[in-house]
Amino acid sequence: MKNNAETKISFGSYVKNALFNNKVIILFIVLCVACIMTANTSMSYIASEVFSRFGRNACLVLALIIPCLAGLGMNFGIVVGAIAAQIAIFFVVHWGFTGIGGFLLCTLLSTPMALLFGWLLGILYNKTKGSEMVTGLILGFFADGVYRLFTLYIIGGVIPYDDPNLLDRGFGLRNAFDLSDSIKYSLDDISFVTVFRILMIFIIVLQLVSLVMGVKKTAEARRESLIKLVSSAVGLVLSFVLMAVPGVASMIGGTRIILSDTLRIAMIVYVISVLVKKFVFRKDVKGEDMIKAVVIAALVIGLSYVPAIRNILRSISISACTYAVICLFCFFNNWILDTKLGQDMRTVGQNRIVAGSAGINVDRIRIIATCISTVLAAWGQMIYLQNLGTFNTVQQQSNVGLYAVAAILVGGASVQKANNKQAIIGVVLFHTLFVVAPLAATQIIGDSAISEYIRMFICYGVIAVSLAMHAWKKKDVAVKGAQAPISNVEAGEL
Amino acid sequence: MSAEYVVKMQNISKEFSGNRVLKDVSLAVKPGEIHALMGENGAGKSTLMNILFGMPAIWNTGGYEGSIEIDGQEVKIDSPQKAMECGIGMVHQEFMLIPGFTATENIKLGREDTVPTVASRLLGRSLEELDRKKMASDARKAMDTIGLGIDENTKVGGLPVGYMQFIEIAREIDKTGMKLLIFDEPTAVLTESEAERLLRTMKVIASQGIAIIFITHRIDEVIEVADSMTILRDGTFIDRIETKDTTAARIAELMIGRKVEKLVDETEDHRELNKDDVILKLRDYRVDMPGETVRGVDLDVIRGEILGIGGLAGQGKIGIPNGILGLYDSSGTIVFDGESIDTKKLGDALKKQIVFVSEDRRGVGLLLEESIEQNIVFTATQVENKFLKNYGFIKQYDHAAAKKHAEDMIRDLDIRCVGPEQPVGSLSGGNQQKVCLARALTLNSKLLIVSEPTRGIDIGAKKLVLELLVKLNRERGLTIIVVSSELNELRSLSDRIAIVSDGRVSGILRPDDSDADFGLAMSGVKVGGADDGKA
Repeated sequence: MKNNAETKISFGSYVKNALFNNKVIILFIVLCVACIMTANTSMSYIASEVFSRFGRNACLVLALIIPCLAGLGMNFGIVVGAIAAQIAIFFVVHWGFTGIGGFLLCTLLSTPMALLFGWLLGILYNKTKGSEMVTGLILGFFADGVYRLFTLYIIGGVIPYDDPNLLDRGFGLRNAFDLSDSIKYSLDDISFVTVFRILMIFIIVLQLVSLVMGVKKTAEARRESLIKLVSSAVGLVLSFVLMAVPGVASMIGGTRIILSDTLRIAMIVYVISVLVKKFVFRKDVKGEDMIKAVVIAALVIGLSYVPAIRNILRSISISACTYAVICLFCFFNNWILDTKLGQDMRTVGQNRIVAGSAGINVDRIRIIATCISTVLAAWGQMIYLQNLGTFNTVQQQSNVGLYAVAAILVGGASVQKANNKQAIIGVVLFHTLFVVAPLAATQIIGDSAISEYIRMFICYGVIAVSLAMHAWKKKDVAVKGAQAPISNVEAGEL
Repeated sequence: MSAEYVVKMQNISKEFSGNRVLKDVSLAVKPGEIHALMGENGAGKSTLMNILFGMPAIWNTGGYEGSIEIDGQEVKIDSPQKAMECGIGMVHQEFMLIPGFTATENIKLGREDTVPTVASRLLGRSLEELDRKKMASDARKAMDTIGLGIDENTKVGGLPVGYMQFIEIAREIDKTGMKLLIFDEPTAVLTESEAERLLRTMKVIASQGIAIIFITHRIDEVIEVADSMTILRDGTFIDRIETKDTTAARIAELMIGRKVEKLVDETEDHRELNKDDVILKLRDYRVDMPGETVRGVDLDVIRGEILGIGGLAGQGKIGIPNGILGLYDSSGTIVFDGESIDTKKLGDALKKQIVFVSEDRRGVGLLLEESIEQNIVFTATQVENKFLKNYGFIKQYDHAAAKKHAEDMIRDLDIRCVGPEQPVGSLSGGNQQKVCLARALTLNSKLLIVSEPTRGIDIGAKKLVLELLVKLNRERGLTIIVVSSELNELRSLSDRIAIVSDGRVSGILRPDDSDADFGLAMSGVKVGGADDGKA
């Protein structure tokens, strides 16, 4: 009875609603397409640029989701996370650690720093409830200033830091920081097969631990756990077998994996996972979902053999590990939101008073959300820098918050609501625009010096436009809410 | 059951900064009983319940005297959490719901069922995963108990108010060990049919052995569902009676009681009121003001009179002036002095010289940061271009004239302040009210509507404000409508009193009509009145 109103909605108004709800995304898709058409550059250049920028930036953007849902708005304060990452890098480079070991050491160093910064930031946010965004923005500037003092004077000036490679005048770090001899590509260079093995081992350990600790209560849950354990072990063995096959070894054993291969593997995994869910775990999967999975997989694999697309796909190679980390960030966001902690965060985000009266410690939850965001941002910045390989010591962190916020807003997120999908779409659209808009401008104006200006213009413009469009959306909802007739629910079977 | 009463409050007293709001009040409820707690606004019902629920507002102001027993055991309830542990639940008047969450999530708010994970074993319980299946089935069970048929996965946001209330009730029922459920004026925001459903549900809950305390001032509802009731008046305990031993009229009389104090001294009355000289005529007048809906009022206001509009909170009396001034959407005919008023146009009533002093003094009435002078003249500068020097194409504020006027007003109305420059935010409630009146008087007005003129004002200032209103009426011949929830006040100064109940005028009474008549009119029973009388 309740669903009457929903089923009555005609197809036309459904489309209209869908268009209206996604108007921010649609606007930026249109903009991107227009720029691509004007820019007059090869698609494979644009695609490879976007893919490499995506790998660099996605994690930073994903760090914004948790605080957004906890009611803190767009956390411009992730700048402090980036600062924690950069400080950790100075030390690791100074001590001469290289490769993935150096990267892990960076993680180890930056995490407690980011936790401390996040905690302080969280306390500040709790004191300025309702204006977290402007607080975060200004705090970002402030932290930026302190950080500059640190890099330009305190290192070497106060803290003894004797490293002629890094110091210019006896104190203060060199302006450009080169990572090529230390952690550049340390994460990117891990091969697909290694990532796969790590994943399998992780699942095996997790399931073993959960079985030993007696976390799984029901027989069904234990059975599931056992199946996961065995299949992961099989997967692990399989990865060694496959590496013995020459063709496959070159496909999955190198530092980069070609995009067309990635897509095909992803699609096969997608279909298998749906089938496994249905038949092995006996979960409630609808027939149409299974058909959908098969059709999508067939379509994508089919398209990847179309020559024009194939050429583009073959020309791009991505880093398996970085993309795996991005997936891990997404997974983490989803997982944490499905815990008691996550539910508390969403409650606090929706209404602090109601949350308080339900016995939730509002201030504590907000601090935890800020800490998580700051730590994710620190890791995100490390991924960014190891891919870039060189950075501007003094001002690399300055625009981190701004770019990340702009990207997630383009993806259709609002100040109150954001999810992984919006973050991913946002990064793709924002960086497409970032790549093509200066090219398009150069084509039109005939002057390439303008490109940096165009980028800043895009960034601020994007934030303003998407905030304005979102306000439009909200107003509309308010009007609809006011007109919602009570009478049609009267008929409900109360 | 070991004890006869599930809750027993004895000799409860409470002071708020020297002001005694409860004196030796007792309350006792048996298991499975629906017990009504009745009284006028300000009788102390909410304070008593806040004590029982351990609200911080009580403990921050010095606690209470007296004892509370739950199931025969004396307990000290010092926080809402403690109250919940004792098996006391409260359905709030303002809903504690989250619109973006589903019914299940709201019912389980703060008490989610979880299953442990590896991470939770290592890092603490808050990382346990939600057990959505169990949450949904529990919620379903609670909703079925009270007959709420909606899907448990529906988002609460779009639901009508009545459903939200039911979800709140479901949440309380879902808590284990619930013994006593407090309903704080639950029917105030509901439509008639929703209210009926709610009353039926209350009976269902009570039949399962849960005691219910039902705060209300609607006598008909009490007669319908309650087994017994406690009546409070002015913070004192009046009586505990069984419903079957009493009548509506008797309850009304007990609630209102006889008050002898006269708030306004007699003044000479030279007025001659002509019953046919109607200055304001309302016909089938409706206002859509949340919580104060007006549902079809027919009312005539006679030139030169003081008309009181009374009634209990939430019945619609406040909606009447707010609708006329165009602050909320309204429909029906409003004829003022021969012209109809377009309420769609904000300010139309003001242009036609109806001046309104709002009940929301600090919110709508005053610019708290601004000076007394600014507050007194700003409407006049906006509407009537007073206190402006006109240079043709540009207008400039006339400081000297405004200051002189403000000083005159301060003297005339006896506003206690250091001077016209003092910000009104730092004045006392009574003086703020006088500033509001001063502003109203600065405008040329034919009709002055004053809403809740004495809310939040101490007794001395109250008298001054009321006398000022009478003086304005007698000396300037100004027609005044006073909207107030304090019946005593209306009876001291009005010529006629219209009682509003459930959005309609249930009776027009003379100030000296009996308490029982007023009581019945307030509870919505139509009574004959002053229409054929003096006015």
